[in-house]
Amino acid sequence: MAYVIKMDSITKIYQMGEVKVHALRGIDFKVNEGEFVSIMGPSGSGKSTLMNLLGCLDTPSSGEYFLEGINVNSLNKKQLADIRNHKIGFVFQGFNLLPRTSALENVELPLIYDRRGRIKNPRKAALEALDKVGIADRGHHQPNQLSGGEQQRVAIARALVNNPAIILADEPTGNIDTLTSVDVMTVFQKLNNEGITIILVTHERDIASYARRIVKIRDGKVRKEIIEENPRDAKKDLEELKKGQAFEEEIQ
Amino acid sequence: MRLIKNLLKSALKSIAKNKTRSLLTSLGIIIGVSAVIIMVSIGQGASAQIEEQISALGENLIIVFPGSAATGGVKLGAGTYVRFTLEDVKKLKEEGTLFNGVSAIVRTGGQIIGGGNNWATSVLGVSTDYTKIREWPIKEGEFFTDRDVVGKRKVAVLGKTVADELFPNENPVGERVRIRNIPFTVIGVLSEKGQSPRGTDEDDVILTPYTTALYRLKGGRYIDMILVSAVSKDQITQAQEEIRTLLRESHRLHLWQDDDFRIRTQTEIIERATETSKVLTLLLGAIAAVSLIVGGIGIMNIMLVSVTERTREIGIRLSVGARSGDILIQFLSEATVLSLTGGIIGILLSIGVAFLINRFTSLSALINPGIVLLSFLFSGGIGVFFGFYPARKAANLNPIDALRYE
Ligand SMILES: Nc1ncnc2c1ncn2[C@@H]1O[C@H](COP(=O)(O)OP(=O)(O)OP(=O)(O)O)[C@@H](O)[C@H]1O
Ligand SMILES: [Mg+2]
Repeated sequence: MAYVIKMDSITKIYQMGEVKVHALRGIDFKVNEGEFVSIMGPSGSGKSTLMNLLGCLDTPSSGEYFLEGINVNSLNKKQLADIRNHKIGFVFQGFNLLPRTSALENVELPLIYDRRGRIKNPRKAALEALDKVGIADRGHHQPNQLSGGEQQRVAIARALVNNPAIILADEPTGNIDTLTSVDVMTVFQKLNNEGITIILVTHERDIASYARRIVKIRDGKVRKEIIEENPRDAKKDLEELKKGQAFEEEIQ
Repeated sequence: MRLIKNLLKSALKSIAKNKTRSLLTSLGIIIGVSAVIIMVSIGQGASAQIEEQISALGENLIIVFPGSAATGGVKLGAGTYVRFTLEDVKKLKEEGTLFNGVSAIVRTGGQIIGGGNNWATSVLGVSTDYTKIREWPIKEGEFFTDRDVVGKRKVAVLGKTVADELFPNENPVGERVRIRNIPFTVIGVLSEKGQSPRGTDEDDVILTPYTTALYRLKGGRYIDMILVSAVSKDQITQAQEEIRTLLRESHRLHLWQDDDFRIRTQTEIIERATETSKVLTLLLGAIAAVSLIVGGIGIMNIMLVSVTERTREIGIRLSVGARSGDILIQFLSEATVLSLTGGIIGILLSIGVAFLINRFTSLSALINPGIVLLSFLFSGGIGVFFGFYPARKAANLNPIDALRYE
C-alpha cells in the first residue's frame, strides 16, 4: 500500500540569533492512506513543528518529505500553496478563524483559492461542511458569537470543505472541555470512517486513544509507537458522558 | 474570475469596515483630484473666454499703431512721422495683396442730439471696409460707400445702443442727428455686438467716414491707427511683413532707421494674455499634483499599517492555500479601490465647486470630460503605485511566520 505521508530523517533547526534550536532531530514517519494517527509528547518536543512541516506551512532544514509520492522539497511556493489548498486541511489549536467574518464565509475561504473550479456552488459546499460538523444553524454567526467548541467545529468544517486527503489537527481539543472534546472527536472519527487520513496532536492520553496508532515524540525524535487494538468509540463515550451529566444534574 | 471577484469583495469589505479611516486616508486623493480638475477647468474656462474674445474682434485682425516700438525719446526725434496720413491708408489699400480689408480709424466723440434726445458717445471715423474687418454686419439701412468717403459726406451709422437711446420707438434710418452741433444723416444701424474684451459696450458708438471725422469733426490731418484684416489666419505673418514694407516705403525710412509704427495682431495680444494664465495654471496644477502624491503616500502608509494589523489574516489565507499573488492582488485592489473612491469623491467635489465658481464669481470653470477621466485613471494609478510596496510586503510573508505573528 502507498504511503500518503513519508518522512525521511527530517530535521528542523530554528536560528535564534546566535543560538540554534534543534526542534526536530531526524524524524522518520510514515502514514498509510486512511489511517488515524495521534502524536503525543511533552511540551517543546517538536509536535507543532512537525505538524507545520506536514502541512507544508514551513520547510525542513534537511531530510525528505513525500506527500502522496511527491517530493515536497522540490515544489515552489505556488505549488505548495496549491497543495495546502487541495490536499491538506489544517485545524489549529487557536482556531485561526477570520474575525468579523461569518462562519459560512470562513468555511468558504479555501474554495476561493481553488483554481480547479470543481465546486460550482461554494456557499452550498460550505453549508454541507457545517452540517457535517453539526452546526449548520450557526452559519451566519461570527467567531466572537460562537463558543470555543463551535469555533473549533467551524475550523474543522473549513479543513474538510475542499475534500482533502489529509486532515492535520494540532491540539484541536486544547481549549475546550472534556464533553466538547469528545464531541469533536466524534467528528474526526466520522471523517476517518469516510476515508480521510487524520493526524492529530494531543497532550491527553484519553484523546489520543481515539486513534488506532499513537506516535510518541520527545526531543525532536520519534521514541515510541503504540498500536491501539481497540480504539475508543467517541460516539459511545459521548452518550455515556451525557448520561452521567444528566444523572449529576438530577441529584443536584 | 470567481477568485478576482472574491478578492475584490474582501478588499471592499475591509474598506467598509474602517469607514472613517478609509475616508481620512482618501482625503489626500480627494483634495488632489478636485484641485487638479478645478485648476485645469479654470484655466480652460479662461482660455475659452479669451478665444471667444478673439473671434469677437475678428481672427485675422492686425492693428497698426503709430510710434516706434523703442520708446527712447532720441529715436522718436529722428522720425518725422508719428501719425498715419491718408497716403498711408491709400498705399496699403492699393498696393496690399494679402489684405481682406484696410480701415483708417479716427477717434473722436461728443454730445449727440437726435430724436429729441441727448447722448454722449464716441464717434469713430472709419473706412468702408470696417464692417468687413470687424465682421460686424449692418442691421438696418446701409453702410456708407467710397463716394461718401471721398465726398466727406455727413452720414452716420449708429451702434445699437446709440440707436436705442436716441430713437427708442422709431427707425432712425433717414433721421437726422447732430454731432457736436453738425447735422448728420443716419443711413444705417449696426447689429448688436455686445461687450468688448475690456468690458465696454461696443454698441455705444457712431461710425462716420474717416474723412468726414478728420476734416469736419477733428480738424486734423492724422489718423489714429489702421486696422487691417489678412486674407486668412495662415497669412497673418506675411500680411504683417507686407504692412511693414509698405509703411516703411510710405514713410521713406532708411535702412538704418527703426520702424516708426507698431504692428500688433490679435493672436499676439491674446497670446500674451494666455501665457500668463498658462503659467498660473501650470503652477497651480503642479501644487495639485504634489498633493496627489502626498495622498498616495497617505495610502501607502495606511496600507502598511493594515498589512501589519492583518498579518494573522494573511497567515490564515496562506494556510488554506492562497498564493502570494492572491494576497498581492487583494491588497493592491484594496489600495486601488481606496484611491479610486477618493478620485470619484474628488471628481464630484470639483464639479460642485466648478458650479459654485461659475455661479458666484466672474471666473469661468470649464470641466473637460478628458481631464475628469484622466484624473480618475490617475488616482487609480496612484493606488496601484503606492499600494504595490505594502501589497508585496504582505505577499512575501511566510505562512507560518504570519500565523505566529502576535
Ligand atoms: N519560531 C521558532 N523560533 C525558534 N524556536 C522555535 C520556534 N518554534 C518552535 N521553537 C522551538 O522548537 C521547539 C519545539 O517547539 P514546538 O512548538 O514544535 O513544540 P510542541 O511539541 O508543539 O510543544 P507544545 O506541546 O507546548 O505545543 C521548542 O523548543 C521551541 O522553543
Ligand atoms: Mg505545539
